[in-house]
Amino acid sequence: MALIHDLIFQGGQMLLVLGLAPLLTGFVRKVKARLLRRQGPPLLQPYRDLIRLMRKDVVLAESASWLFRIIPYVVFAGTWVAASLVPTFRSGLLFSWTADLIAIIALLGSARFFLALAGLDVGTAFGGIGSSREMMIASLAEPAMLMIVFAIALIAGSTQLSTMAAFMNSPEVGVRVSLGLGLVALIIVAIAENARVPVDNPATHLELTMVHEAMVLEYSGRHLALIELSSFLKLLLYVSLIACLFMPWGIAPAGVEPVLLIVGIAAYVGKLALSGLLLAAFETAIAKMRVFRVPEFLGAALMLALLATLLRFVSRSF
Amino acid sequence: MVVYALFGVLALVALAPVAIALGASSPATNTVYGASFIVTLALCVIALLALFGHPGPAPAVVLPLGLPWLGAHFRIDALSAFFLVVINLGGAAASLYALGYGRHENFPQRVLPFYPAYLAGMNLVVLAGDAFSFLVSWEFMSLSSWALVISHHEDRENLRAGYVYLLMASFGTLALLLAFGLLAGAGGNYTFEAMRAAHPSAGLAALVLVLALVGAGSKAGVVPLHAWLPLAHPAAPSHVSGLMSGVMTKVAVYGFIRIVFDLLGTPDWWWSLLVLFIGGATAVLGVLYALMQRDLKRVLAYSTIENIGIVFAALGLALAFKASGMTFAAALAFTAALLHVFNHSLFKNLLFCGAGAVLVATGERDMEKLGGLIHRMPQTAFVFLIGATAISALPPLNGFVSEWLTFQAILLSPQLPSWGLKLMVPAVGALLALSAALAGACFVRAFGISFLGRPRSQAAIAAQETDVNSLTAMYFLAALCLVAGILPGLFIDALAPVAQIGVGGHMPVQTGVEWLSIVPIAESRSSYNGLLVFVFVAMSGVLAAFAIHRLASDRLRRSAAWDCGYPDPSPLTQYSAGSFAQPIRRVFGTLLFRAREIGEMPPPSSTRPARLTVNMHDPIWDTLYVPISRFIDYATDRMNVLQFLTIRRYLTLVFVALVLLLLVLAIWP
Amino acid sequence: MQGLTFDIAHLLAGTLVLVSFIELYQDRLTALINVYAAHAIVLTLSVAWQALAQHAPHLYITATIALVFKAAVIPLALRRIVIRLGIHREIETVVGVGPAMLIGIGLVALSMVVMLRVTAEADPLAREDLAFALSVVLLGLLMMVTRRNAVSQVIGFMSLENGLVLAATGAKGMPLVVEISVAFSVLIAFIVIGIFLFRIRERFDTVDIQALDRFRGERR
Repeated sequence: MALIHDLIFQGGQMLLVLGLAPLLTGFVRKVKARLLRRQGPPLLQPYRDLIRLMRKDVVLAESASWLFRIIPYVVFAGTWVAASLVPTFRSGLLFSWTADLIAIIALLGSARFFLALAGLDVGTAFGGIGSSREMMIASLAEPAMLMIVFAIALIAGSTQLSTMAAFMNSPEVGVRVSLGLGLVALIIVAIAENARVPVDNPATHLELTMVHEAMVLEYSGRHLALIELSSFLKLLLYVSLIACLFMPWGIAPAGVEPVLLIVGIAAYVGKLALSGLLLAAFETAIAKMRVFRVPEFLGAALMLALLATLLRFVSRSF
Repeated sequence: MVVYALFGVLALVALAPVAIALGASSPATNTVYGASFIVTLALCVIALLALFGHPGPAPAVVLPLGLPWLGAHFRIDALSAFFLVVINLGGAAASLYALGYGRHENFPQRVLPFYPAYLAGMNLVVLAGDAFSFLVSWEFMSLSSWALVISHHEDRENLRAGYVYLLMASFGTLALLLAFGLLAGAGGNYTFEAMRAAHPSAGLAALVLVLALVGAGSKAGVVPLHAWLPLAHPAAPSHVSGLMSGVMTKVAVYGFIRIVFDLLGTPDWWWSLLVLFIGGATAVLGVLYALMQRDLKRVLAYSTIENIGIVFAALGLALAFKASGMTFAAALAFTAALLHVFNHSLFKNLLFCGAGAVLVATGERDMEKLGGLIHRMPQTAFVFLIGATAISALPPLNGFVSEWLTFQAILLSPQLPSWGLKLMVPAVGALLALSAALAGACFVRAFGISFLGRPRSQAAIAAQETDVNSLTAMYFLAALCLVAGILPGLFIDALAPVAQIGVGGHMPVQTGVEWLSIVPIAESRSSYNGLLVFVFVAMSGVLAAFAIHRLASDRLRRSAAWDCGYPDPSPLTQYSAGSFAQPIRRVFGTLLFRAREIGEMPPPSSTRPARLTVNMHDPIWDTLYVPISRFIDYATDRMNVLQFLTIRRYLTLVFVALVLLLLVLAIWP
Repeated sequence: MQGLTFDIAHLLAGTLVLVSFIELYQDRLTALINVYAAHAIVLTLSVAWQALAQHAPHLYITATIALVFKAAVIPLALRRIVIRLGIHREIETVVGVGPAMLIGIGLVALSMVVMLRVTAEADPLAREDLAFALSVVLLGLLMMVTRRNAVSQVIGFMSLENGLVLAATGAKGMPLVVEISVAFSVLIAFIVIGIFLFRIRERFDTVDIQALDRFRGERR
């Protein structure tokens, strides 16, 4: 019986992240537009865009190979699986032990690896510039992310997300400077990974400064829809990750108590909305960086994470 | 068991004269590689039987060879058995591959005799049970591989590579010789049993460790002793390159493990700092060098250096835990190192085979002249992609598993007693994470520029898919990469007896864990299930494809590339290997390689093209090797005088030397 | 309660280290002065918290001195100088930001190892404070070494001094006299250097101390 419940909740989480991801992006876009005193597209616009793209024909470049056609599915599947392994509204996911935090990050790394290959496949200058810069950003963001995981895992004594969330929810955490540094670094990495301002601009096209959009320039139709959906999912994943590690309040424990579940879902939606608001406000307030300022920005994240790991040793328990 | 193994080695050695007799005749290639394939496969089975067979003291075979008072000892224990598996699995795959690849050799008589001898040499190193036969086999392996490196000696570059290789190999053997000498002590008993029983003092142990690191490390390619590796490995024929990178570096790792973990006992903890640091630096520098190369095989050779760095970092970790008495954590780190040894032997062999297939099809190793091969060689591209994904440590393939285990071992570092290690280990973790991310960039570049995009040369347009034998070998290796990635528990359990020898403990048994996960410490702490990750990703991908094709649209049109409306028909407008690496070169290379870009713009109204020149310096070559070679030049210049002395002066020299030696004898206590 | 006291002291001291890193990262003078003000504010908070935790009211005076002089007066004065000299966008480092930060991380690790090994039996509150204080001092020194511009060297010197104050307040029973004298010595040093700056300006028309080296014929 418990197994069936767990199975239902795991499936529910997969559908939930898939359903909520476009909404989060739509919400961020809406808030940004309102902050700029524009009307902005409706909240549900991302869904409409996805459906429209899915129905359209794929226009494939003549020099594209079989790999180019498979990659959208690989990227989508990798991101979706990673996103459904991060606890959102209820801990104790059935398959949470399939991949710990390191493996989830590596899964996202796989998705990026293939996406960068897709950028090179058609053999255009734009695709190449996107791939090359994406890998440069990744070469700093990934170690920074792993160091953040180290810092938090050394404190929580685990890389298993459910255990980490449970630890963060317990009173023994206290206020730790390592965690603060880790949070700042994690936010920087999340901004870079999701190609947000100031690292990249998700709204631009036809600009030499773009990274992610340049890489997927040759995609169209259902392939583009999947790539877009993956990037929505990735944003949701990072927000859920930050929420699960640094705002673990309200996550329902493993069980079927309806009240707790409702509280859990409400808390999750609330956290998403809050993060979306903050992200939009931040993006509105700041300007995009030159590409070669980005390494310094991400280098700072790497340093912060290293510092967090070091400072962990002067905390109470040791 | 060891007798059968020795017969196998004897068969390989006997194959060398057969190859000489057959010369360049057409059946020679098939005979030699076919026989090598069968023998290595048999040796692999023997090694597997030994690994899974009953543990216990391994009976040694003593042959009346070598030093009269010592004889030649051979035996198989779990550690040798594991490395025998690595060697012969790689050897079998390379031989099968060479059944196809070897036909394209212009002068097969230069390769064929040395190939089985080289395989025999590597096997003998691992089988050896005393220092003398170990060193003789080691030299045998070095020399036969040197002959293979210079088999294409028409090319001046290859001759230079062979020269540097020979120098470094002799230097490494010298260091190993000294290490064994110190281990054997004044008594001079050179069997491994006697060395294991003797417990050297702390200072001596440290010296042995450093010598082993220099000797084995120079063969494995740790920075700064790596200089020969990227020259020599690509110079050999591709299947031999694969063996040198994938297998011979592992034999060197075996040498290090045998001396430091098995024979030496437990050195002080702070020596592990040296191994850890060298490992981390090797990993990062190796992959950064790899990113700067445009020769496909050289990229692979530098990436070998990176992977050796990862192995050595994990070994250093194991050493630190062992010295601190944390057997369990030491077993975890040690198993991670061994698993990475195994994994790397698979995918590096695979990648070199793929590079060889490209070389045969196009005659090019330069990535700037390749491109678009995925259309002409889809199967090679597919297996190369699997190898590239595996080596970039991406789930669900095997490279990720060993890196994941290493990271888990690093996360145990707070339990270490010493402050230096506590702070150093996470820093090494950062270096490993950096190298993993850069490896991803490196292989996006290697695969993306060579196989994807549009062809950059006539040769790339005319490429043909490679032959069946080569493809079979590559598919076999790729399948193993996948199996080791999704069922890592089996491999971890197989390594338990090896870890028992190395660190005196092993990881918990993994085969009993539910759903075939791997749980190195405790389930609440960390777990990973490659199988489920693979199944989930495959299922959701297929599900998404099915749903979209059924419910939305499955139509497809071909048209010219979009490229923001400015598509250019010339393939030169694509990103090249150099331009792909440019951002990373600017971020990391400015400091490390003193990379400078000089852009030269023509004046207005001039039709000259703009030029971009990039200057880079190899920091290690400049600061270490150049001064040493200058010093040697200087010293030999001074010594040159000795060639032009009169007989009386020569006699004086001999006389003085004699008196000095007598004096030393007189003073010696 | 003890846990929370410790955590907050720890957090504030750690933030001070972090702000030192931000100083290293900043390469514009006006921004650097702002960061220095933030440094002083964090110091104020840290000292005030120590005063509360140790029930040592005289530390409040130190906190006030830090707030008034270091967070307000000195930054304002420095800003005036920078604007008067017209060097507010000067970018002037000897080593790049990345390597400087890496060295900084290494220095923090070093001070951790040294302090935690030396003071193994000390009171944990003082112990971690000392480790952080040493890091701040070393980072300040690093900043003085890696910057060419005299104004940023002054800031490096003053953040070094902040580290000393942190160490002094972390140790129980530090007499107030020392505090005031330290604060005043810095103020005097600042004035002297301020005047000195103007003299350089008059003489050589730059505050880049490389110009001094050139004048002495040391470089090139």
